[in-house]
Amino acid sequence: MPGFITNYLDNSVHVTPGQYGSPFWALVYILIVFGGVSLAVVCMNWLERKILAHMQVRLGPMRVGPHGLLQPIADALKLILKEDIIPEGADRFVFWLAPLIILLAVFSVYTVIPFGPTHAITDMNIGILFMLGVSSLSVLGIVMAGWASNSHYPLIGALRSSAQMVSYEVAMGLAVISAILMTSLNDSGTGTLSMIGIVQAQFAQHTWFIFKFFPLGLIAFFIFAVAMVAETNRAPFDLPEAESELTAGFHTEYSGLRWSLFMLGEYAAMIAVSSIAITLWLGGWMRPFPNLLSGATWDLAFSFFPALTFFAIAGLTFYSTMRMPKHPFFKIQTIGLGAFGAVFVLIGLILLIPQVRSEIQDIYWFIAKIAVFMYLYIWYRGTFPRYRFDQLMKVGWKILLPMGIGVLMATGIVALRVEIWDFVRQMI
Amino acid sequence: MQPVATTFFFYLLSGLAVGSGVLVITRKNPVHSALALILTLLSLAGLYLMLYAPFVAGVQIILYVGGIMVLFLFVIMLVNLERSLKEKQFNQQWIAGVVAAVALGALFIAIYIKGHDLFPMPMKPVLETQNTQRIGEMLYSSYMFPFEIASLLLLVAIIGAVVMAKKRI
Repeated sequence: MPGFITNYLDNSVHVTPGQYGSPFWALVYILIVFGGVSLAVVCMNWLERKILAHMQVRLGPMRVGPHGLLQPIADALKLILKEDIIPEGADRFVFWLAPLIILLAVFSVYTVIPFGPTHAITDMNIGILFMLGVSSLSVLGIVMAGWASNSHYPLIGALRSSAQMVSYEVAMGLAVISAILMTSLNDSGTGTLSMIGIVQAQFAQHTWFIFKFFPLGLIAFFIFAVAMVAETNRAPFDLPEAESELTAGFHTEYSGLRWSLFMLGEYAAMIAVSSIAITLWLGGWMRPFPNLLSGATWDLAFSFFPALTFFAIAGLTFYSTMRMPKHPFFKIQTIGLGAFGAVFVLIGLILLIPQVRSEIQDIYWFIAKIAVFMYLYIWYRGTFPRYRFDQLMKVGWKILLPMGIGVLMATGIVALRVEIWDFVRQMI
Repeated sequence: MQPVATTFFFYLLSGLAVGSGVLVITRKNPVHSALALILTLLSLAGLYLMLYAPFVAGVQIILYVGGIMVLFLFVIMLVNLERSLKEKQFNQQWIAGVVAAVALGALFIAIYIKGHDLFPMPMKPVLETQNTQRIGEMLYSSYMFPFEIASLLLLVAIIGAVVMAKKRI
């Protein structure tokens, strides 16, 4: 094999392909991450409809495939084949550009998300700044889409969206700063903005930042968790696309493939902001209790979790297979569901191979944490009624922002308590 | 790792900046102008990256592209565009404009020819991993006073905006 492929596979390399300077492996990582995110969005589509349906005591999609498992594929086909309409009087160029800008902004963020100490496309020393900056670009896409449609509902949706996102970015930034402040509590006294560096700082300080300086880390995380939902325009903050008032908000005039790009962007953005929260407060790729329950035995025990998860999903699938109606009409669906279960068992078995098991650890814990956040997003949508716009602004500016400033100052004071105490004693 | 700050990227980014800068003043539709301005600011962020100043590039994107330009667009969209598009555009200050442009061009050419004596020799760039730390140390030590003055100015601007916008406080 040529050198540019093999040199990164050397066991002595412990950096991401971007830092190592290997364009080939960076490209491979980019393809894996982008493909994985697109697949996750497809799964999210099915899960959201199914979970929401069960929360409302409905069945949800049941017709296409067993338990509607093939529904996302049918949806995707439908969206690709649908006629692509550009409304009369729309600004064609801006109309065409808007979904692309959203996708570009959202997917660029994934270049710095650390799925493991070496499993990231690259590590930047301004990682978190890059993520916040680039993800704030997606509001441009929304504003452009709303304006270019040359219609009233999209324009109002876009204006709401930009006001909302700009307001919540402030509180979000303050919460992020208080977490970054915590990374500087080491011997050298310098913090880091690099995503990998932030997780390593949590490992070095033997705690996730959500539990640091209790309850300061928890409050900062709470502010971020609320602002994160507002940033991604999800319920209960989905004013920009409130269907009872604005039809579909900024993407009312979009149809077919372009509309599906907006949906892809929205779900990918949800995953991206969740991974910011995970990296900053929930220990990134670290498994639970990496310091308390350390040692070879615990490592081995925790390394079975990925396979066990898949076996659990497979068990659930087989249970549903048994409960399928016995009527011959459902024969193909029953076989299909059994095949799904078999695939999950196969994946679980692959994850039991020792080499795979050790490699997949970090990625598994990161994705498991993302999955919790994704479930929370759906749960919010099923639980909370939508805010009114003035209430939304009030929450952002009058509650979250003062809380953010307070937490930031308190974190600074607690972090420097020894120095402050020395200073006070000298003054006296 | 290999430096990416090559001449090719410099010309690409500066070409983008100048080209979209020209678009900003030639487009008739203010929204298109604002979008072109965003492209200019983004390519400037790329140029900061090439100067080994990643922090400045990141802040440029967050503040100018994500914050200020969104508000620009916000305001432009609220203005009635249909009427301004139909109005005939005119310009009565073209003499002053030409004089200023010629003066600026002459200055650029003069610096290009005699610039070696005017400016100090290029310094070895600071390691880009230390860029953020350096900026922080400078802001809170030698440039503390100007930094605080600037934040005071911003505070005055905020209070002024509130006073002007709200009739009864």
